Amino acid sequence: MANIISDETIDYVGILAKLELSPGEKEEAKKDMGRMLDYVDMLNELDTSGVEPMSHVFPVNNVFRDDVVTNGDDRDNITANAPQKKDGAFMVPKTFV
Amino acid sequence: MKEYETVIGLEVHVELATKTKIFCGCSTAFGGAPNTHTCPVCTGMPGSLPVLNKQVVEYAMAVGLATNCEITRNCKFDRKNYFYPDNPQNYQISQLYYPICRDGHVDIEVNGTKKSIGIHEIHMEEDAGKLIHDEWEDCSLVDFNRSGVPLIEIVSEPDMRSAEEVIAYLEKLRMTIQYLGASDCKMQEGSMRADVNISVREAGAAQFGTRTEMKNLNSFKSIARAIEGEKNRQIELIESGKKVVQETRRWDDAKETSYAMRSKEDAQDYRYFPEPDLVPVVISDEWIEKIRSRQPEFREEKMARYKEEFGLPDYDAEIITGTKKLADIFEAATAICGKPKKVSNWLMVETMRILKEKEMDPEDITFSPENLAKLVNLADAGTINSTAAKEVFEAVFNDNVDPDKYVEEHGMKQVNDEGALREAIEQVIASNPQSVEDYRNGKEKAIGFLVGQTMKVMKGKANPAMVNQILKELL
Amino acid sequence: MDLMSLTAVELGRKIKAKEVTVEEAVLAAFEQIESKESELNCYVTITKEAALSKAKEIQEKIDNGTLNGPLAGVPVAVKDNMCTTGVLTTCSSKILENFVPTFTAEAVLNLEKAGAVILGKTNMDEFAMGSTTETSHYGATKNPWNTKHVPGGSSGGSAAAVAANECSFALGSDTGGSIRQPSSYCGVTGMKPTYGTVSRYGLIAYGSSLDQIGPIAKDVTDCATILEAIASYDPKDSTSIKRDDYDFTSALVDDVKGMRIGIPKDYMIEGLSPEVKEAIMNAAHLLEQKGAVVEEFDLSLVQYAIPAYYVIACAEASSNLARFDGVKYGYRTPEYNELHEMYKRTRSEGFGPEVKRRIMLGSFVLSSGYYDAYYLKALRTKALIKQAFDKAFEKYDVILGPVAPTTAPEIGSSLSDPIKMYLGDIYTISVNLAGLPGISVPGGFDSNGLPIGVQMIGNCFEEKKIIRAAYAFEQSMNAAGKN
Repeated sequence: MANIISDETIDYVGILAKLELSPGEKEEAKKDMGRMLDYVDMLNELDTSGVEPMSHVFPVNNVFRDDVVTNGDDRDNITANAPQKKDGAFMVPKTFV
Repeated sequence: MKEYETVIGLEVHVELATKTKIFCGCSTAFGGAPNTHTCPVCTGMPGSLPVLNKQVVEYAMAVGLATNCEITRNCKFDRKNYFYPDNPQNYQISQLYYPICRDGHVDIEVNGTKKSIGIHEIHMEEDAGKLIHDEWEDCSLVDFNRSGVPLIEIVSEPDMRSAEEVIAYLEKLRMTIQYLGASDCKMQEGSMRADVNISVREAGAAQFGTRTEMKNLNSFKSIARAIEGEKNRQIELIESGKKVVQETRRWDDAKETSYAMRSKEDAQDYRYFPEPDLVPVVISDEWIEKIRSRQPEFREEKMARYKEEFGLPDYDAEIITGTKKLADIFEAATAICGKPKKVSNWLMVETMRILKEKEMDPEDITFSPENLAKLVNLADAGTINSTAAKEVFEAVFNDNVDPDKYVEEHGMKQVNDEGALREAIEQVIASNPQSVEDYRNGKEKAIGFLVGQTMKVMKGKANPAMVNQILKELL
Repeated sequence: MDLMSLTAVELGRKIKAKEVTVEEAVLAAFEQIESKESELNCYVTITKEAALSKAKEIQEKIDNGTLNGPLAGVPVAVKDNMCTTGVLTTCSSKILENFVPTFTAEAVLNLEKAGAVILGKTNMDEFAMGSTTETSHYGATKNPWNTKHVPGGSSGGSAAAVAANECSFALGSDTGGSIRQPSSYCGVTGMKPTYGTVSRYGLIAYGSSLDQIGPIAKDVTDCATILEAIASYDPKDSTSIKRDDYDFTSALVDDVKGMRIGIPKDYMIEGLSPEVKEAIMNAAHLLEQKGAVVEEFDLSLVQYAIPAYYVIACAEASSNLARFDGVKYGYRTPEYNELHEMYKRTRSEGFGPEVKRRIMLGSFVLSSGYYDAYYLKALRTKALIKQAFDKAFEKYDVILGPVAPTTAPEIGSSLSDPIKMYLGDIYTISVNLAGLPGISVPGGFDSNGLPIGVQMIGNCFEEKKIIRAAYAFEQSMNAAGKN
């Protein structure tokens, strides 16, 4: 395998993605990611110099809304699925120390 | 100790004055109960999609043109990925690769020295929600009313060298944006916020030192204090042989100190990539010209015009054009009453006095130009005397009262009726023989006392000029 | 009369002619669901009560003439990644085990307007990540042709439900083949429209630049009819495209005379099952007999689509799935001491292994230092792939090829080797990268009696050409008694 994924990389990506892997999952993830990246490295065979990266397939642009209020108070619906709420707000573990 | 130079760059966030949020039709109005101005889009509901508010693009273009920027013809949005509860999708839609404006500058003046501050870029993005700490439950509560409110972030070049320059730059930006009507730029309410990047280096050094980013600055005063504090902290580190660490610090204005906002969960790796849910914004020459043609008259032009058209003195013109709010009131009131110098006087003297007394900004003024114009007319026509006028003005300032009605209701009309005045004066003369005697003996000052007594009898409403005249005649 | 073996259009016609009531049709669907569900597990949620009350409402509208479209009263199943007001929408994930949307996806609204009656929400690979419907948190779906085999994925529940007559038709979504491949494995007809043709509003995103909703049905006529109903310009979806032609059923003509059809030589790779290859050649032969001009050509870049796709799809997914954090909706871990622990536990417990694998890869390729090498490289490759298709469509009206290299694999044989599983997407993935329309039509069976699908790919906005080719091919197959 050309791409060796370290424990540090898996931990780092775990912090970015907010995923906590068990030791077993970590080993799996290292192996899987290494293999996937080896596979993805196939793209290096392609000469893409001078090719503009294409994020949208079609040249659609300038899609806008007018600045007009269309929404009213929909709080009950918006908070209907909240795991924890209080006074119409979503409740989370404290963010200040 | 060696001599050091402070190098400062600013990231200024400005909330735009649109009626709706950047990607949905929710109101941007302040002050609703938590989550009452929200919808699936601005709360990150699964399946929801953003649609760009055209007014946001036009405001951003207008600010870019006013700050001499190049407008990006093909500008795009990117996602900035990070987890935080006030960020409902856990990514913020922003611009990294193709921001709408680039390479601008604004000119400032500090202590008579002119300087140009470069603007690296201006980009559009969405604001986050608000977190409120709940003491009772020892948790935080998330309110998404501000989530999705449009912002522009104005990123300067590291061109500033002192707190004075920073304040001058911010004041210039604020004035420009207010003149455009793109934002009210109230720092206290958070519609204008500044993050300050600071580094220090030995005077004359070619390389920049390591910079830190200071957040949570919500007034010009705290910015100035934070710059001073951070400069000293960095110099002390260097002097003691330590290194400045590149980090984000939070300013505590009450303690006048800052602390590092570091956490192992905060990797500062935002994984930006092009936002697939939004299409590019392609800006044509025609569109730019349209925005340019709508640009308002800015301060310099206004000042010149006020002097030319209304004959205002330099000083008046400078103060009144100092904020868009004052200039707007001045122009509207003058248009109604046609007495520019009198309107200017009310703004320059009484308005400024009360603002200072109440520690308010001109943006906080709530009275209408119509009522100011009415007051000017009442005073000018002699319907009320100057003492009464000041009292009426206070009422106009505080409660935007209609001066005509107020004067009527409070019986404040100046008495110009010669018969009534004569009667009152005769009474005053009769009951103050000593003063009359003094005056007749050449004590000119005694007449002042007699005028005062007459005003007292007339409950302050007497026409002072007429009182003077009649008194002299009767004595 | 077995109402559920009728096509959607046939059933709609009978309802319109008052030969069948909407209630009878809906009850027939539930009877079939009740007899088959324990074996197949096509649905995550069944909404019988709502469907029956809706049936009455629709019947009234049909009776008073306000509803007279071809799908009025026809029972439909909706993939569980499309939001439905008041009805659980799970994406077959634990993390959305209790999520009840407060709005309905635009495509589903369009179906409701057409008078279709929703029976329930179908099973899928978790967040549409998979090719077998085995990654569902709610158990695998079985292939109705042989329950030892997978139905394909990720719209496996929808395809199996159509094949097993547990609905008259279904909606699926296709990010890398998720409509066409299960349609192929289940012997039904499924179509992925041109990107932007059906609104994505209310579709829970996997890869936003690739996702597209489309029909899974019993034949080409149904597909065209359903697409006509669900396609619309939607101002709520900035990538929605205003088209001139929504009259897809006008292309239902048995005529391919002079139509130029290309078969990519580079599709005939090692790993392509001989029986599948034979089915494609048979399709080419049948179309040629009807006057089409068929030839082989070099499409190029075929093998590069898979790595490019996995980089782009996983990157977008890592961001799209960040919102599932236990704050606003869905599952939250019961035990945590602070915020980041809450996030990590919620997401680690709420997502299954395949989803985590793709989020990890997607986060990595976007992370500092790797963006250019992986993500931009993939976007450049995508541009080249689009160019290759543009070139091909200068010469051909339709590209003909397999949907998948093999017929449906056995349950449990795919997940152990992700790369091998991803390789199975080789014929479908490039269509999503280039935003093209593609259809999978039944093209016979292999020696084990499992269905084989034939894929027809059109240039963007040229659904009508592939509908015409697919319809002509279907007629030939019917005439030959092969379907």
